[in-house]
Amino acid sequence: MQYTVNFVTKENRNMRSITLVLAFVLIFGNSIIAQKFKSDSSLSFPIVNYTYMEDRNMEPSVDHSKFEVLQEPFKDAHELTMACLSCHTERDKEIMATSHWNWERSELLPGKGVVPLGKKNILNNFCIGTMGSEQTCTRCHIGYGWKDKSFDFNNSANIDCVVCHDQTGTYEKAGGQAGYPKKSVNLNYVAQNVGSPSRENCGICHFWGGGGNNVKHGDLEISMIEPGRDIDVHMDIEGENMSCVECHRTEKHQMKGKLYALSSENKDRARCSDCHTDVPHKDNILNQHMNRIACQTCHIPVYAKANATKMIWDWSTAGRLDENGNPMHENDAYGNHNYLSIKGNFVYDDNVVPEYYWFNGTSNHHLLEEKIVDVPIQMNTLYGKYDDFKLRADGAEVSKIWPVKVHRGKQIYDTENKTLIQPKLWAPNEGEGAYWKDFDWDKASRIGMEYVGLPYSGSYDFVETEMYWPLNHMVAPADQSLKCVDCHTRNNGRMATLTDFYLPGRDFNPIVETAGVSLMLASIIGIAFHAFCRIWFRGRCNNSNEE
Amino acid sequence: MKKVYLYKKFERFWHWAQTIMIITLIFTGFEIHGTTNWLGYETSVRVHNITAWSFLVLIVFAVFWHITTDEWKQYMPTLKNMRAQLEYYLIGIFENAPHPVKKRTLSKLNPLQRVTYFALKVLIIPTMLVTGLIYMYFNDSVWDIKLENLEWVAWIHTFGSYLLLTFLIVHLYLITTGHSITSNLSAMVTGWETVDDDEIKELVEEAIEETGLKIKVIKEDETEHEKLKDLVVEAMHETEEKVKDKKLKGQYNKNKKKK
Repeated sequence: MQYTVNFVTKENRNMRSITLVLAFVLIFGNSIIAQKFKSDSSLSFPIVNYTYMEDRNMEPSVDHSKFEVLQEPFKDAHELTMACLSCHTERDKEIMATSHWNWERSELLPGKGVVPLGKKNILNNFCIGTMGSEQTCTRCHIGYGWKDKSFDFNNSANIDCVVCHDQTGTYEKAGGQAGYPKKSVNLNYVAQNVGSPSRENCGICHFWGGGGNNVKHGDLEISMIEPGRDIDVHMDIEGENMSCVECHRTEKHQMKGKLYALSSENKDRARCSDCHTDVPHKDNILNQHMNRIACQTCHIPVYAKANATKMIWDWSTAGRLDENGNPMHENDAYGNHNYLSIKGNFVYDDNVVPEYYWFNGTSNHHLLEEKIVDVPIQMNTLYGKYDDFKLRADGAEVSKIWPVKVHRGKQIYDTENKTLIQPKLWAPNEGEGAYWKDFDWDKASRIGMEYVGLPYSGSYDFVETEMYWPLNHMVAPADQSLKCVDCHTRNNGRMATLTDFYLPGRDFNPIVETAGVSLMLASIIGIAFHAFCRIWFRGRCNNSNEE
Repeated sequence: MKKVYLYKKFERFWHWAQTIMIITLIFTGFEIHGTTNWLGYETSVRVHNITAWSFLVLIVFAVFWHITTDEWKQYMPTLKNMRAQLEYYLIGIFENAPHPVKKRTLSKLNPLQRVTYFALKVLIIPTMLVTGLIYMYFNDSVWDIKLENLEWVAWIHTFGSYLLLTFLIVHLYLITTGHSITSNLSAMVTGWETVDDDEIKELVEEAIEETGLKIKVIKEDETEHEKLKDLVVEAMHETEEKVKDKKLKGQYNKNKKKK
């Protein structure tokens, strides 16, 4: 029998080298490719449906100062409106269909059906509600003369065009005058200088809502008129310098976007993805996060960046007067009110870290006639939870984590009827029962509830309420947005309160951890013991073994 | 003292690449888990994912290699000598007793290794791979299947990493129990494992029995090689008689028929 012994040939060896190299490339090439993708990611991001300012023709197409109708003196503001409508016919009908005009719209509330909902009839936990105090509240209405229920919503002459379209910065509505402008305003000058609404136009109401700058939103306030990049990347005056209506796109005076303080359905929303697409990041892991996390969550890490916003409002302490019996105010260390006789105690805060909630685009509202069941009362309930990731019939979408400003209040309610109370707050004179003049809760409540046609038992107290304001503005530069560890961390992460899902880096199963660590420790102890024995016995047994 | 070539080039590459990858995965994995804080979360995730894909490619190569070289047979668990192996680690090792299971080219793993590596290869690593992929694609619905919660996947993946870590610790210790403290380690680096002189003949005989006289001897160094070749030929001649007597089964018979 013949045996052969095979040796490795040269060719064989070459083949092996090639395979080995190939394996190397395939295995580690991975990381080189990945590295390349990463370096691309900072270059640019996709933008759709948007023309950059530098690519636009910003010349106005018309010069309003040349129109004769605007040069004739106006007897009053109504005449100014009619002058506008003489050219811009049919625009009044558009206005009359908007919630800016009606202060209400039909909203489907879960369990309550379709109800008219808006500033006209809803309560909040700031100044409570407009009903009975219209004459001062309607300073922020786009009309003239809404001082009580008798206001004619069908009269085109009541529309205030210029509060939104004035470009001079001189137009100003008077306080307590139901929306009429100050006497000092030169209406012709204003009328001849109109244009697309600027940030000042929107801001005069949306920055000052609730009786002061940044009281309500926390992410909308006067610093946004001329913000730097750190305040808001979109509105940065040295950057893209976008106005409100760039995002709140408007057709026939219907503005896209709304706030869940007053609305409840998942419709007409202005979204980041309108321009930024659904895949704005180069990094796929970041894009995957968007399945369950709103853009705002990472990109609005803090709000009230320049000026403080109101976080707590306690009405129950209102009514304390100074030694002369006059209303007074007290300020905190930063110059913000923390007490007003007419309104009670406040807590302001700036650079606030939002609270986070699941939100599916639908919400509910506590209506004035509704019985109080749970305390604190949720003035508006944001719906959503981790588990609902399927589109639903009611139009709700997949729940995402949203940053929310929560405003906590303590406001008046009827202890017998178990309802919130709409007190009459404002009147031009003392003695008309307005709380802000007479400081009598009982009287203000009786008159207020009578005005809205609801019963008042005569006994009242104060109850805790919460209001939820999803944040959308003050978008931070990318390098200030949330980092992984802001949420993916064991303790005190941003998502610490959202415990209905497994979050890597935060969550663990104690049984798995204990078992795993025990296993590891047991093996280490076992090894230590074994090694010790090896050294110990080897010395002793050596002799016997060598024999 | 002689050396026997145990671990082929790819095998060693596979072993060490796997070592680097598993250690990297453990390091970055525990950071992603929130246990440690070394590289930064984002870097950890990136490195973890890239390493995971690299590992997958390596596994494809390794599976191919194991199948085509029949090496997978080495990993089939057996109870033969299991007791002896356990007794060796628990008693014999302290008395400098010889290793109960000799390392052979065709049987380089002791029964304890076989069962451990088998579990690693068919149970733990595949489980880690599958749970890892589910983890990675958790946010996408694949074939309309959408997992509702990451919890169980994460728990299994975490426990698997503890198992791997434990394996790593024990493995690092047990490789010091070879011929000398470092002989197992250097075998995995060079491919050549030190064996006792008297084992070599036995070794070749077994090899021939198993393979039916087709044997490959791979050695770069010519003089070493000549020595080895002499031994092999000598062993072959001795085995020839045995083979005739015992009529050993296997490829030998087939070869014989062909001839």
